Amino acid sequence: MLHRYPKRVAYIMLVLTALVAAFPLWGEAVFGNQANFMLEKLTLMLILALFAMSLDLLVGIVGLVSLGHALFFGLGAYTLALASPDFSPASMWWMLPLVMGVSACVGLIVGVLVIRTKGIFFIMTTLAFGQMLYYFISTSPLAGGTDGVFIMFRPSLTIGETSLVNLDNPYSFFYFCLGMLLIGFLFLRWLTRSYFGQVLDGIHDNEHRMQALGYATSGYKLVAFVIAGVMAAIAGMLAAMQYGFANPAQLGWHTSGEVLMMLILGGMGTIFGPILGAFAYEILLYIYEHATTHWPILMGLTIIIAVLVLPRGIAGLIIAPPWRSKRQTEPGTASEHGKAQVALSAKPTPQRKES
Amino acid sequence: MSNEIVLATQGLTRRFGGLVAVNDVDFDVKSNEIHAILGPNGAGKSTLINLLSGEIPPSEGKVLYKDRPIQGKSARQIARMGIGRSHQKTNIFPRLNCLQNCELAARIHMGGVFGSWRSRHTARQVSERAQEVLDTCQLNHRAYTTASDMSYGEQRQLQIAMVLATAPSVMLLDEPMAGMGREETVQVTELLASLTDRYTLVLIEHDMDSVFRLADRITVMVDGCVLESGPTEQIRSSEKVRDVYLGRHDEGATA
Repeated sequence: MLHRYPKRVAYIMLVLTALVAAFPLWGEAVFGNQANFMLEKLTLMLILALFAMSLDLLVGIVGLVSLGHALFFGLGAYTLALASPDFSPASMWWMLPLVMGVSACVGLIVGVLVIRTKGIFFIMTTLAFGQMLYYFISTSPLAGGTDGVFIMFRPSLTIGETSLVNLDNPYSFFYFCLGMLLIGFLFLRWLTRSYFGQVLDGIHDNEHRMQALGYATSGYKLVAFVIAGVMAAIAGMLAAMQYGFANPAQLGWHTSGEVLMMLILGGMGTIFGPILGAFAYEILLYIYEHATTHWPILMGLTIIIAVLVLPRGIAGLIIAPPWRSKRQTEPGTASEHGKAQVALSAKPTPQRKES
Repeated sequence: MSNEIVLATQGLTRRFGGLVAVNDVDFDVKSNEIHAILGPNGAGKSTLINLLSGEIPPSEGKVLYKDRPIQGKSARQIARMGIGRSHQKTNIFPRLNCLQNCELAARIHMGGVFGSWRSRHTARQVSERAQEVLDTCQLNHRAYTTASDMSYGEQRQLQIAMVLATAPSVMLLDEPMAGMGREETVQVTELLASLTDRYTLVLIEHDMDSVFRLADRITVMVDGCVLESGPTEQIRSSEKVRDVYLGRHDEGATA
């Protein structure tokens, strides 16, 4: 069955989650006085994982390759920056719905215009919308131009006078981001296994057939586009909270390109793959940046090698390890192998040609 | 078979640039009949089916479904009105299992896509409908098999099951037996024969044995035009049709 993976995937993800969640316990022992810096890095990885996961809904699940997804990431950041009061923290209780509402509205407007395009045209129109907002923000004095907008206070999460989570504390913020990532993951896991998710899989595999069955595929794609946009905006809001500012770079095409690379590295269409991709990308970036000033060459080579050696990304390596596929005929391994094969068979059937 | 006409065309024409693929076709399908469309390759049969199912719009002419014009409507709208179709090439969802393929087809017509917000009752109905069509197509033993793991013949049967799951009143079947072995062809022929009490079938098929066994009426097309249309026996004994299939039509044309 689709989106159901061998048990080892759950075990590995649980172990990794526990390891990340326990960072405050082992971070200082391993990184010493760099622990706080590493915690910030780790928080950023969690935020980027949420961002990458949102793009996976579009690219991996529905099959719509977007090069303008950073539009929503930046939109979330700017909504927070512009809506935050200058001399007091905003409340997360209204900031989060505001970010979600603004991104949903923009997603709906952009989506209506781009969703009818396909393939290269979809890529180019999403890129165009992303760049439109990028240049608008870069040149708008209201949004701080190329300098961006600083956020003086992180939003607070309180009930009455009682603070639920002190988001100014890096450790609390780290757990808040981890929580948001887990909620995002569980939501997408539920969505992809729902009937609605099945329709999205159908559109990914054979949109033409879905239309012949009576499905208004554009509507379903639009809903997926809006959901992906809202999730990306939440990630953007968290990033702005982390950095303390919103910057036009968060909207640019290179941010969209970066998150696409995380997706490729992690494995598309698996939901958990982009999380691994975001972590792998940021770890590699950290290593390469410290190794050479020509790190983009190393990163580019890594992505090329990853595409050639691991076309299904890190997720593919976990779902169907090459050494396990050789033992597929052994009793007991067949069903797991079958599950892995279905999970990985994301390649759609060729579209029917008119005869 | 009743005399009520459910689907008809009037002067239906489709041009692709200078090529007239379907030329001024008048044709009708009666309720609960199997109406076969025959013709050599390039006769315009598949184009006609594509026009009836809304996959391509006509250049001229009308398509009437239960006396209402439907030309110009999209494939999705026509499918929702009750005209289901299967394609010449196997067109299923290979990553889903057999049951899920049929559920996907049934759900759009029965509701419950946003399953968690709809009643469990609808979900159960969808599942029951899917099971029912799998039973009809004798695929129930393969319900939980991933579609890509099924044999070619079973995939073709699944395609018919998916059309049935949409509960259509008219089924447009484009070469449902293409590429099947003898045994599978017999099986599908029997399946189609069993459907006539509930459905109206428009069938394109090259297997003459099956066509003459199944069809109530046959329309023969050549070069985009209707050469002859009538009851099976009339077509079987038609000199004109025999000429086309034995090649005398071509000889005459070149002479």
